Amino acid sequence: MEKNWRLGVKTAVQSREDSAAIRAGLAVGFAAAAYGVSYGALAVAAGLDVWQTCVMSLLMFTGGSQFALIGVLATGGVAAGPTAIASAAILGIRNGIYGVRVAPIIGGPWWKKVAAAWVTIDETTAVATNQPTQRSQRIGFWTTAAATFVGWNLTSLVGALIGDALGDPRAWGLDAAAAAAFVGLLWPRLRQLQTIAVASAAAVVAIVLTPVLMPGLPVLVAGVVAVVVGAFNWFANSEPPLVPLEREGV
Amino acid sequence: MTLWLIVIVASLSCLALKLAGYLVPTSALDKPAPSRIANLLTVALLSALVAVQTLGSGAGLQFDARVPALAVAVALFALRVPFVIVVVLAAVTAALIRLSGWG
Repeated sequence: MEKNWRLGVKTAVQSREDSAAIRAGLAVGFAAAAYGVSYGALAVAAGLDVWQTCVMSLLMFTGGSQFALIGVLATGGVAAGPTAIASAAILGIRNGIYGVRVAPIIGGPWWKKVAAAWVTIDETTAVATNQPTQRSQRIGFWTTAAATFVGWNLTSLVGALIGDALGDPRAWGLDAAAAAAFVGLLWPRLRQLQTIAVASAAAVVAIVLTPVLMPGLPVLVAGVVAVVVGAFNWFANSEPPLVPLEREGV
Repeated sequence: MTLWLIVIVASLSCLALKLAGYLVPTSALDKPAPSRIANLLTVALLSALVAVQTLGSGAGLQFDARVPALAVAVALFALRVPFVIVVVLAAVTAALIRLSGWG
């Protein structure tokens, strides 16, 4: 009797965790989709054609790198190709870092890991690592991956096609929507003094370096803050949990 | 260097970096320090992205409608408003401010 009751509680908790992970994934995918219109329109404005814009979203599939690439091309043209590639790749290193964290969550055969690696980005990593159990982490990862991949590619195409009609995506506030989405991913992590300190310092470093370094580099250099603070364990009142358990919005 | 070559090389580079992360042994994160650093790296990079998305403008800085929009977003997240609603309201804030002729 008591065993059945516990089983019932466990199932209820599990299904609540599952639906929370699915909701988070769909919400993040929706936000990324809004951002995709802005990418598509800006890519065409930077000189890419519709096909190139879509191939980037399919193959590269990492917004920061895609924006960095078209940003450099918009100012430097094809002559700035090597710098544009370097900017995109440098901004893409963080996905490799995310991969080290996400790989144990995913597990399974090599082809599953290849598929997971392809969609290992800010959004999928943040949603997955914000879930409390491995089961809900996997559900969160793949839901976010599917929603973001479909949404991002569709709206990249839409953005490229209607870019001219839309005019300036800034007029629609899509750039602000992108910033707000990143805040939403960051928010649940700001629970300890240590993460708040790192987030604040990283933002300052990125801002100070933006006028000095090539696009993409300031974000990466800001990661040095995490390495230094993490290595010496500064600002640590107590060891924070590896994964923030509380979810808000996301 | 053609545009196509730039697009393909950059895309494959980013894909290769993603795959590289899965080849690093997970034991690299077993000790407290590496996992702590990896965790803080996510925080640092997300925060830097917020900062650059809000104030960055090419290779410079620009204080425009994104800043009040971000303030609205932070306030709404603090009030536990759902993600999608916050993102939409942030976009609306920036759009309305720009419609009024500033930023």
